[in-house]
Amino acid sequence: MSVVIGKRESIRTRAVQCAFIAAALLFLFFFLGIPLVSVFYEALHEGLRAYGSALVTADARSAIFLTLLVAGIAVPLNLVFGIAAAWLIARFDFHGKSLLLTLIDLPFSVSPVISGLIYVLIFGMQGLLGPWLFDHDIQIIFAVPGLVLATIFVTFPFVARELIPVMQQIGSEEEEAALLLGASGLQTFLRVTLPNIKWGLLYGVILCNARAMGEFGAVSVVSGHIRGKTNTMPLHVEILYNEYNFAAAFAMASVLTLLALATLVAKSLVEWKFADARGGSVRYVATMEKKIS
Amino acid sequence: MKNKLILMILSAVVMAGAFNAGAQEIALLNVSYDPTRELYEEYNAAFAQYWKGKTGATVTVSQSHGGSGKQARSVIDGLAADVVTLALAYDIDAIAQKSSLLPVDWQKQLPQNSTPYTSTIVFLVRKGNPKQIKDWDDLAKPGVSVITPNPKTSGGARWNYLAAWAFASEKFGGDETKVRGFVTDLYKNVPVLDSGARGSTTTFVQRGIGDVLISWENEAFLAIQELGKGDLEIVAPSQSILAEPPVAVVERVAKKHGTSEVARAYLEYLYSEPGQEIVAKHFYRPRLESVAAKYADRFPKIRLVTVDSAFGGWAKAQKTHFDDGGTFDAIYQPSK
Amino acid sequence: MLLKRNTVLPGFRLAGGFTVFYLSLIVLIPLGAMFVRASSLTWGSFWEIVTAPRVLASYKLSLGTAFAAASINAVFGFLVAWVLVRYPFPGKKLVDALVDLPFALPTAVAGISLTTLYAPKGWIGQFLEPLGLKVAFTPLGIVVALVFIGLPFVVRTVQPVLEEIEKESEEAAESLGATRWQTFRLVIFPCLVPSLLAGFAMAFARGLGEYGSVVFISGNMPMKTEITPLLIMTKLEQFDYPGATALGISMLAASFLMLLVINLLQWWSGKRLGRG
Repeated sequence: MSVVIGKRESIRTRAVQCAFIAAALLFLFFFLGIPLVSVFYEALHEGLRAYGSALVTADARSAIFLTLLVAGIAVPLNLVFGIAAAWLIARFDFHGKSLLLTLIDLPFSVSPVISGLIYVLIFGMQGLLGPWLFDHDIQIIFAVPGLVLATIFVTFPFVARELIPVMQQIGSEEEEAALLLGASGLQTFLRVTLPNIKWGLLYGVILCNARAMGEFGAVSVVSGHIRGKTNTMPLHVEILYNEYNFAAAFAMASVLTLLALATLVAKSLVEWKFADARGGSVRYVATMEKKIS
Repeated sequence: MKNKLILMILSAVVMAGAFNAGAQEIALLNVSYDPTRELYEEYNAAFAQYWKGKTGATVTVSQSHGGSGKQARSVIDGLAADVVTLALAYDIDAIAQKSSLLPVDWQKQLPQNSTPYTSTIVFLVRKGNPKQIKDWDDLAKPGVSVITPNPKTSGGARWNYLAAWAFASEKFGGDETKVRGFVTDLYKNVPVLDSGARGSTTTFVQRGIGDVLISWENEAFLAIQELGKGDLEIVAPSQSILAEPPVAVVERVAKKHGTSEVARAYLEYLYSEPGQEIVAKHFYRPRLESVAAKYADRFPKIRLVTVDSAFGGWAKAQKTHFDDGGTFDAIYQPSK
Repeated sequence: MLLKRNTVLPGFRLAGGFTVFYLSLIVLIPLGAMFVRASSLTWGSFWEIVTAPRVLASYKLSLGTAFAAASINAVFGFLVAWVLVRYPFPGKKLVDALVDLPFALPTAVAGISLTTLYAPKGWIGQFLEPLGLKVAFTPLGIVVALVFIGLPFVVRTVQPVLEEIEKESEEAAESLGATRWQTFRLVIFPCLVPSLLAGFAMAFARGLGEYGSVVFISGNMPMKTEITPLLIMTKLEQFDYPGATALGISMLAASFLMLLVINLLQWWSGKRLGRG
């Protein structure tokens, strides 16, 4: 009797499960799947040759190069900042800590348009430093430095935000032990802290880089849209789109989409490594203890 | 740490400088408005060839395009344009007033009020003209969906608006209330307001929205050529406006770049016969009589009013109609 | 000394100095410049700018669409998180990874792709058009874009909490005779509320500021489909710096408020979890 009820129940449960799974997948299909597929369809439906030639024009190449350059400057700077901020927040107790945390988070919730606007207000000709910069022949906005600054702003919290919880969770016992055993601060950081946080760090860098390469709103305000000079890939997508050149726009968009997919793969790999990365460092401290004594 | 950061920022600045330098090449930046992309792409190549033959130097001209008002704003903010080629005189006036990068009398520097080509505003409709749109009257009728960009950011949109206003003004004998009512009705029919002329064309042609696009004449021809052969038709209204897109050397920037001479030559070449040929090829109305005659049958004959005669000049038109609190705002506010 | 407690760990001054220096240089001073700019306005004219009818309409639209999108995401994001944590199905890892796509995909790409799909001639739009449903260039289109942008926030805040809720408490409830629905309503759901709200708030905050994807799909009609960030852009393009700055400040205040709420919710969520 009870077995029968159990069986009937489990069939019902399974049906409910399937319905839930179907609903969730359908939702994801409409909101993620179709847009993803459509990018590649629009990019390729005029043929592979059109696709290739859209990506090798001088403007396209310079857009790709510029995007790499901007990310190449912004990401390392935010990486250094992220480590410093995480060390500060996860390792010390001080007054004003929560305020500092909120300020670090601020760029996350500021509209990208404002991120661009503030630099125009400072470095623009009508801004605070503009006339001085003009007289000294320094271009900040409507040039690469402006793009870099806006990108740093929008990707500011990524690394710090990933590292802080990781470092808090690990705790400082291992570092303290290493220091008491006579290691210098730098040694401790390089040989104890860094191996512990490397996956968290990588994770933060991956996210930071994805956003840096894909930012649109903020760089749009400070770019000036000079073809071949200050157009990053996302801005180039917009320009091509506005030139009726839809296949080329989507070709460029598909490159960005591939970058996004690569980001997701890298991220999943790191997450997967992340899970069993703990413990290794404990072993490391143990061996170091032996070496020093 | 501090030093390192400063060093990195400096190196970024230097790298940016290196981009602009380019050994022995003259680089010009032409900041222009939306529908001139194809025109200047061809013109830049032609000018580079001409200049090489004349002086032996290599010129590369970079382009930046966008809504005319927006582009002017960028130049005011420090976008280092050697020349500006915008949709209407007011936007260059604004640069002169707000940044003193060029003299206030810039319009006297080149022939014909510094406008090497003109254009006008026409309608683009779908094949067979299903809504039977013939003139401005038809745009204000209920049930007609009209596409035009935002006059606040687009130069073309301001020409569109003034052309409609001028028509209504004539029709109602200058009765301000009726004119305002007419233009209000027209804008009630606008479902999408893009920030530039190019965005509106895309909306109309590619996305299939609207029954009629109020458009630059050259943009309408281009749209037919590029996107909709056989799908689209041009309708010339009984009356329109003479649109005069001006050009100017941004003197202070050019002086600093050492490009004053080539920048001026670049704009002057627009007035030459080969320059005018290219202009006409891209559906702008040429100034030069000989070229104009050659392409006369290409452009519909429309009675054209000027901003000066109908509105007392751009400064006044801008203030009355497009500044915050102007008639355009009043027309748009009540609609929900 | 700022330190509350002494420690053997080095680098407080170095890390602290650099953090504060970099934060000031990149974030605080530039944001401060905005306030300096706004100080040229009197309080009265500031108020007039931020409460003009067109501005109010844009607030209403930004808040309304962000709220609608965050609500849709709260429901479906929860469903997705639930399915990913509780049910086995083929391709689950792939789906799990794909949820983060909106984080990684540039907003401009999302914008042109969604616009093309939902335009009257698009893959999806052509089926909705006969039903009288217009998506592209209406507030509905903005909601669609914001759902796309905000989805991972809800999934990724609910998912870990769901994973940590102990099966035992559920099983205990069931062995005490509770039905599944009762177990869910009385045991599981209360544990999830804080994280669900945090995810909702994050999606909402992101939606308020979103520009790249919305600008393509919205149509940008003043009073109708013009979001606040776009209005800032428009004011900038019209040389209206005080106006742009004033709006920027009002949005910044909203962001700051949202951040405060999110931090509170996360703290609450952490506390709930620690207790349960």
